[in-house]
Amino acid sequence: MRPQHLVTFPRMLHPGAWWLWALGLAAAASRTQNPVPLLLILVVTGFVVAARKSDAPWARSYGAFLKLALLVIAVRVVFQAVLSSGSQGPTVLFTLPELPVPGSTGIKLGGEVSLEAVLRAFYEGLQLATILVCVGAANALGSARRLLRSVPGALYEVGVAVVIALTFAPQLVTDAARVRAAHRLRGQTGGLRAMKRLAMPVLEGALDRSVELAAAMDSRGYGRTREAGPAARRLTGLLVLGGLVGLCVGVYGLLSGTSADWMGLPMLLAGTVLAAAGIHLGGRRTGRTTYRPDPWALPEWLVACSGLVAAVTMFVTVETDPASLVLAGITAVPPVPVVAVMGILVAMLPAILAPPLPRPTPESTTRTHEMEVAA
Amino acid sequence: MIEFDDVSVTFAGARSPVLSNVDLKIPEGELCLVIGRTGSGKTTLLRAINGLVPHFSGGTLSGRVVVDGRDTREHRPRDLAEVVGFVGQDPLSGFVTDTVEDELAYGMESLGLPPEVMRKRVEETLDLLGLADLRQRPLTTLSGGQQQRVAIGSVLTTHPRVLVLDEPTSALDPLAAEEVLATLQRLVHDLGLTVVLAEHRLERVVQYADRVVLVPGDGEPVVDGLPAEVLASCAIAPPVVELGRVAGWRPPPLSVRDARRRAAPLREQLAGLPAPDHTCTDPGDAVAKVADLVTGYTRLPVLRGVSSTLSRGEVVALMGRNGAGKSTLLKALVGMRVPDSGTVEVGGHNPADLKPTRLLRHVGLVPQVPGDLLYESSVARECTQADKDAGVPSGTTTALFERLSPGVPADQHPRDLSEGQRLTLALAIVLAAEPPLLLLDEPTRGLDYTAKHRLVEILRDLAAAGHAVMLATHDVELVAEVGTRVVVLADGEVVADGSVPDVVVSSPSFAPQVAKILAPQAWLTPTDVAVALAGVTTVSRP
Repeated sequence: MRPQHLVTFPRMLHPGAWWLWALGLAAAASRTQNPVPLLLILVVTGFVVAARKSDAPWARSYGAFLKLALLVIAVRVVFQAVLSSGSQGPTVLFTLPELPVPGSTGIKLGGEVSLEAVLRAFYEGLQLATILVCVGAANALGSARRLLRSVPGALYEVGVAVVIALTFAPQLVTDAARVRAAHRLRGQTGGLRAMKRLAMPVLEGALDRSVELAAAMDSRGYGRTREAGPAARRLTGLLVLGGLVGLCVGVYGLLSGTSADWMGLPMLLAGTVLAAAGIHLGGRRTGRTTYRPDPWALPEWLVACSGLVAAVTMFVTVETDPASLVLAGITAVPPVPVVAVMGILVAMLPAILAPPLPRPTPESTTRTHEMEVAA
Repeated sequence: MIEFDDVSVTFAGARSPVLSNVDLKIPEGELCLVIGRTGSGKTTLLRAINGLVPHFSGGTLSGRVVVDGRDTREHRPRDLAEVVGFVGQDPLSGFVTDTVEDELAYGMESLGLPPEVMRKRVEETLDLLGLADLRQRPLTTLSGGQQQRVAIGSVLTTHPRVLVLDEPTSALDPLAAEEVLATLQRLVHDLGLTVVLAEHRLERVVQYADRVVLVPGDGEPVVDGLPAEVLASCAIAPPVVELGRVAGWRPPPLSVRDARRRAAPLREQLAGLPAPDHTCTDPGDAVAKVADLVTGYTRLPVLRGVSSTLSRGEVVALMGRNGAGKSTLLKALVGMRVPDSGTVEVGGHNPADLKPTRLLRHVGLVPQVPGDLLYESSVARECTQADKDAGVPSGTTTALFERLSPGVPADQHPRDLSEGQRLTLALAIVLAAEPPLLLLDEPTRGLDYTAKHRLVEILRDLAAAGHAVMLATHDVELVAEVGTRVVVLADGEVVADGSVPDVVVSSPSFAPQVAKILAPQAWLTPTDVAVALAGVTTVSRP
């Protein structure tokens, strides 16, 4: 057996596998507001991230997304408390001073805050927060940039554009900070005019860099592809675009749960087939090769499938036992959807099934530290 | 290998050609150095080699450029990717991917080489350039020298026969520059690559060159020949060549080693003469005081207890490797960094507490990229704005700029100025408010010799007029010319603070070429030597 099929062979897992796993969990979270599976999903992502995250800069994004998720919940609860109408539940927690608002708007500021209103806001916020944390986990485990390396040849140009944008955005921010500091030296304070003055040198710098980059890419052979006829190009474009639209509609149909049947699985499948055909056709004409493509081996399948299991068990529960996913009353004790919970627990397996990360050599870590000092 | 046959280049909208009737043959395996003032057409010449001029830049190219048998008329830059490797001025802006390994593979991926070949070549290139332990590192975390080596490696993987580099060391500190030049040296000697590079810092590269091509600009004919021949009569010359001229050595020496071996008689001749000590004879009152300054990041102080005083009339050079805290000290002096402990006082105030409108009356800083200070669409409007900012009578800045850099049309866009002119414009803007303390961060980056000489004169005049000047720089020759005191920082602490000869003469990395040649005598510049030989024993210094 080749080493990349071993779950014990230290290497970086294909970022695509992590994204599929996280999307599976996010899909599961999108179908319920029952706090039991939602909290369980949060725990599972946290556990797996703790077990398998690297010390790369993007691995810190899990914490950032977690903070964002808490903020989402807090905002939701506070708004509900301030803006709720007293009719939402009988259990009054406390009464805020009320602000008179013209009656016809139907909005009320302050007044009685009920336990039911706050709980409902909390559950709704928790769902959104869980989906956010799933995305954060995917980002922390599989770098979005590395994922772009694996885009098929037909989408190569799009991938390059995104990578360049990802590099330029932080560069713009540092440039802006530098220029702002310089303007202070000319005795200028903030204000709207300062914005205009800031834009000029920053954009000029960005333009200069873009031209430099284009020259560098040109002299390194970018765009030396095998030429294809306009008809073939148009066909590829049409197939890829149509496929992507199909995929989007399919995913929407599957997740929303309220749309017509044809919008779900059939659309998803049709879209996948179309997009795959387009990508295959486009990939044939690029003439590019890929250096050390990330392998897709057994551990990738296992990780991606464990996420899929969580999603599938949730969807099955929606069909067979919908009562276990909704709360009888908003203050009632939440039921435990056994099948879905089992599925989510399966998604915890990547903590062991994903290969361990190679240990960084002591030399490279000390050097990184030195660089930070220098910067 | 490279052949220019009656080549003229005219850019769209330009009145006169940038290059006219260039005839040039560069044989295989040579290291060819292209020199000339900024704006003389060096970059155009380099870019014509791989067809970026005119395919990418536009404009008209007449005549023929043939590289390894391929005419650039029929071949676009991308078609020459496996013949010519081109490395631009700023390596970071030419990077397409984000890690070292991917960057090395990028060119090969574009050419569609099979994966096995790519894998092998990446490993070979990592070893060749000594990048093996950096292979996984994000490009933005590399030092300047490492980035430049990655940029070279990324074009080498396609196995080109020619390597073209545009000012590969101008933005680097001396150690990083040596790292890059040693690499180039190895490529020429071990792999037989033909290397063409443009460079302003001649003192660093001229000793390695097999051929020098002088691009005089203004439509005058291009001169090429052996380095000693071309430099003997050329206005652009490194200190070692200037010393050779002063001492009457023919042909002029190109390296410190050359000169040192011929310098014994000169040293004898100079033995009895007192070397000027370059110190400020009568410093005025102190304009800035730094005491026990600690500042930096959380649990990561960049400055660890720095104390110093700057007085009127002094030109203090701040030296030290990258990351030693030079820029941080300058930032603390303009209040961009708040002390964690210790004090910073500029004109009796803490600069961090001063409003911007008052700050500029006490201290002025010309940043590393002078263009950061500029944002208007013409020189004239820039000057008017500076008058308003500083609250001085209109015309003050224009007059200052005219004095520093005469003859620049007022309607010119600041971006179209040369590096040197842009620096003087930024300087004029900063000086409009007459701050007693003037700070410059790496002022000689990208300056040619003419602009540097001008800067030296300007700085001397400013010090004589009672300004205190502090410059953070890697340029030892500039320090030798203009410094009255040197402060060396290492790891956030002051490790040396004293007169220029005391600090630099014995230092292997900070000694100027003349000091290395004439050590243990404490001569710093060719001018000092010339003046001493002419029988004048004291040199008037501001």
